[in-house]
Amino acid sequence: MTLLIGALSIGLILSLLALGVFLSFRVFAFPDITADGSITLGAAVAATLLVRGVDPVLATAAAFVAGMLAGAATGTLHTRFKINGLLSGILVMTALYSVNLHVMGKSNVPLLSSTTLVTRAERAVVSLMGGATSFNLLGWEVAARDAGALAASFAAIVMVAAILYAFLRTNLGTAMRATGDNDQMVRALGVSDKTMITMGLSLSNGLVALSGALLAQYQGFADVQMGIGMVVWGLASVIIGEALVGVRQLGPVITGTIMGSVLFRLLVAIALRWGLNPNDLKLITALFVFLALIVPRFIGRGFTGKSGRKKSQAAHA
Amino acid sequence: MLELRGLRKTFNPGTPNEVRSLQGIDLDIEDGSFVIVVGTNGSGKSTLLNAAAGTFYVDQGSIRIGAHDVTQWPEHRRAKFIGRVFQNPFSGTAPNLSIAENLALAARRGLPRGLGWALNGSLRESLSKEVSRLNMGLEHRLDNVIGSLSGGQRQALTLLMATWRRPDLLLLDEHTAALDPKSAEQVILVTEQVVARHKLTTLMVTHSMHQATTLGDRLIMMHRGNIIHDFRGAAKRRLRVPDLMSHFEEVRRAEQLDETAAELIRTAYV
Repeated sequence: MTLLIGALSIGLILSLLALGVFLSFRVFAFPDITADGSITLGAAVAATLLVRGVDPVLATAAAFVAGMLAGAATGTLHTRFKINGLLSGILVMTALYSVNLHVMGKSNVPLLSSTTLVTRAERAVVSLMGGATSFNLLGWEVAARDAGALAASFAAIVMVAAILYAFLRTNLGTAMRATGDNDQMVRALGVSDKTMITMGLSLSNGLVALSGALLAQYQGFADVQMGIGMVVWGLASVIIGEALVGVRQLGPVITGTIMGSVLFRLLVAIALRWGLNPNDLKLITALFVFLALIVPRFIGRGFTGKSGRKKSQAAHA
Repeated sequence: MLELRGLRKTFNPGTPNEVRSLQGIDLDIEDGSFVIVVGTNGSGKSTLLNAAAGTFYVDQGSIRIGAHDVTQWPEHRRAKFIGRVFQNPFSGTAPNLSIAENLALAARRGLPRGLGWALNGSLRESLSKEVSRLNMGLEHRLDNVIGSLSGGQRQALTLLMATWRRPDLLLLDEHTAALDPKSAEQVILVTEQVVARHKLTTLMVTHSMHQATTLGDRLIMMHRGNIIHDFRGAAKRRLRVPDLMSHFEEVRRAEQLDETAAELIRTAYV
């Protein structure tokens, strides 16, 4: 039960990362790998502020803002200095490694004695249970900390997803979605596509950093290496989410992305439980995304050797 | 009013691919005028429209729309005054957004885009009413993604989007060229209605001689980045397809003479 609750909690926390990746990769079609650095930036900023006694809500909010700044840097490099999108992300991600070390002052910041959102959630559960530090659920012993973390993660993700959904339906949010779809059209309708891309990447990396801040508080430390491969993790969640919901409407896609993250984390937990070497985790994740990207192409070709696009052109000819 | 003065634009200057697309264009278009632009391929018709829209900055010259000198304005800023319909039906709409969301974006052309809802009850009602004027039955499909519609339907919606907020200048760049004849006819009908209803100042590029002679109150013919004919008033009304064809024939003959002269020079001196 502890494994299940832990997997659910981490899956929910990382769904913020997945939502960020969804924004950059799917909404803006921008291969933004800044996320590998901004998730660590979020963790670093939150952890550093928490050990200095800053309120966890403020520390988490500061992490979100820091992530937004990182995204804005990538967006600015790409839109104002005409640097290739992928390279812009690589530059900022590389720079963030040093920034994160400076923020933390060392490579790892433990949060063992700090008040975090998780310790607050734990205290709330203990208080609800009349002082008990664990309770029985369907015959399983559940620690108040695990239950509190799961409940807090769930509440946070529902709130963020609702705000994101609402935002993407506003005038500004709709213009952002349209920019990823057809930049020529949005310019003709009076929208600066450069501004939209920069703002979109800010929001995306803000969400990723928020995920990092919550992850650090959940696992009790921030580490300078924790961001490696996280973009691929987020992409895997988005792909699973798309397969789960099967439609491209905004609400289902956001819900699907969250479900994808949770499901992916559960699959990983099960695989680890069955004896998967943890060292192979990133390799397996990368292979999964590779297969998810390549299989639809084969399905599109119908295994005839012609690409889907060529087939479609032939049909129109 | 649109005022173009001494517009020059050269693409790939100083390279073997250098193209002098606009070679000193002077053009005034009065408010409410519907101007047809014709010309041979590569004559600079679309470049003229794109220069006005701000797709690129011109090398020389000035562009004024009403009281504003927009020569150095970026494309999105000029959009406050300009409505556009592109040749490709897929260029004017966002395929993954719904019909209603696309129109809602157009409803705020030139206005700040804040955190208000893109779609509200009253806007949705107006959308439904305006879309029903197209007679395509799309008013019942406002929540469908626009990518699921045909080229003709998308182009008619793009026209509606371009004119939702009355533009000071409407630019139509061969907007029926990629459509089947029936859809093209339908879109032209909508174009005539919209332009006439709102008395829009319009610049329309076309390759259709029929459209060129039956639509608009003025016609300009371009060749090699210059305006070589300008028919207005009675001269435009008298213009028939054979007349226009004869003007194109003149251009073709002049080209041939140029070629012959070039060949003679090559033979004599090279």
